[in-house]
Amino acid sequence: MNATSDIAVVVDGVHKVFGGGGADDVTALAGIDLAVAPGEFVSLIGPSGCGKSTLLRLIGDLLEPTAGTVTVFAKPAHQARLDQDYGMVFQHPGLFDWRSVAANIELPLELHDWSKADRSARSAAMLELVRLEEFGGHYPRQLSGGMQQRVSIARALSFEPRLLLMDEPFGALDEMTREHMQGELLRIWRETETTVVFVTHSIPEATFLSNRVVVLSPRPGRISSVVEVDLGDRTDDTREDPEFFRVATEVREALRAVEAGE
Amino acid sequence: MANKRMLRTAVTMAVAVVVLVALWEGYKWVGDQTGGTWPGTTVDLPVTSNDITMPHVGDIAGELFDDIRAGRQTMPMTLYLAKKAAVTFLEATIGFTLGVVVGMGLAVLMLRWRFAERGLLPWINVSQTVPLIALAPIVVTWARLQGYPDMFGIALISTYLTFFPVAVSGLRGLQSPDVDHVELMRSYAAPWWATLVKLRLPAARAYLFPAFKLAATLSVVGAIVGEISIGTKTGLGRAILDFAQRYAVWPERLYASVIAASALGLFVFGLVNGAEWLVMRRSRQVAG
Repeated sequence: MNATSDIAVVVDGVHKVFGGGGADDVTALAGIDLAVAPGEFVSLIGPSGCGKSTLLRLIGDLLEPTAGTVTVFAKPAHQARLDQDYGMVFQHPGLFDWRSVAANIELPLELHDWSKADRSARSAAMLELVRLEEFGGHYPRQLSGGMQQRVSIARALSFEPRLLLMDEPFGALDEMTREHMQGELLRIWRETETTVVFVTHSIPEATFLSNRVVVLSPRPGRISSVVEVDLGDRTDDTREDPEFFRVATEVREALRAVEAGE
Repeated sequence: MANKRMLRTAVTMAVAVVVLVALWEGYKWVGDQTGGTWPGTTVDLPVTSNDITMPHVGDIAGELFDDIRAGRQTMPMTLYLAKKAAVTFLEATIGFTLGVVVGMGLAVLMLRWRFAERGLLPWINVSQTVPLIALAPIVVTWARLQGYPDMFGIALISTYLTFFPVAVSGLRGLQSPDVDHVELMRSYAAPWWATLVKLRLPAARAYLFPAFKLAATLSVVGAIVGEISIGTKTGLGRAILDFAQRYAVWPERLYASVIAASALGLFVFGLVNGAEWLVMRRSRQVAG
């Protein structure tokens, strides 16, 4: 493992058991090995209960593994969290109602003691990045779900983390907004050169966004297969590309194999 | 939109007063007609409708503008009661402020340490079952022995009532943020106090203001009870005590002092309402 410093995320032999050691313990993840290269976009996909969100939370040090190690940018996940190496986006935008859009984006900067001037400059730049320039003074409840999620992405990226962890961020959006947001996310990913680990249960979403799709099987969660995706520069036309369908089919069959293996 | 709602509230309150007056006077009128029984029966009315038990509303209102002798001065009853109420208001304000400080302190303590919640919460509940009347002399005697003015002892009694809703609702409010929000703060490696200040306290506001309103009215009740049990020389409690002793001959005065106490309660309630309006203005603006 001497090359770990060149790797963004290394998950090594991770087990995660929920419970206090009794008979009703649940093994959420078993023997997970995964490496994510810097700048890579990796999706985790699998049926409900396969532990994909758990895996994401282990990478983000919001949970601790029962066994095994998680290394983020060559340091323990815990240190990476303290060093603010990653930004996190959840399924619900999770904006603070009492803060304006700009103040929401500035929240992590406030916690890191940025000066007022630096904060406003950065939130303005972030609003531009997610194309909500005119909405800095608005309040979250004045925005649509898709716009709120864009603010949430801006907030996660505001302190320029090298890693972005996303947990079904577009799960609550309608299909058209969802596709639009996927395009936006890819644009932001290219512009910022961030590494992304993305949890989803949508096959087209995983296929469209990722360099690699990691398929998990449930109870206990294991990596059952990894599908490489090479769609080149993605545009809206990519969604109708034969190669897109071929990869999506490959992911679908991997998922079916998982379900059949129950 | 806010104006429309305020107007509606004002109209509703006015209508309620009119209805109450009509019921009061109607009841008296029925009593007068039947000689104190239900119409068409010989069953007594539950409350005697004579002018001692139930003075005419007009007489009570008139009493408010009649003169009263206070020491060597003579002044209208409204002014007399307003002066007394000002003292009670000051005591209630100190009691309310201390109650908010103590209540919030307990809420934060219970939030921080689960064992504190388990250990304290039952006692906080039990505290409210102790009769205030029994507690008052203890507090006052203690305060006097320490050399504090009576006003402070009275404020402490008021605090005893006000800290309770603040502590209980405050804890609920501080615990109210979603798991998502708490995890977000954790992902920022935010220290405990930053999560408290930036997330938990703002989220608790929706729980705190109803508690503050309750605490504000309770602070007046506490101050009056404190005044009465101490036997202080001023304040609304003193006026109520004096007028109660002469109720049999001059009932309108006791009713006038009760109206003053209610008015003070409404006033402090209104103050908290105004504060809430100022603080929550933003979130309400965007509610639509």
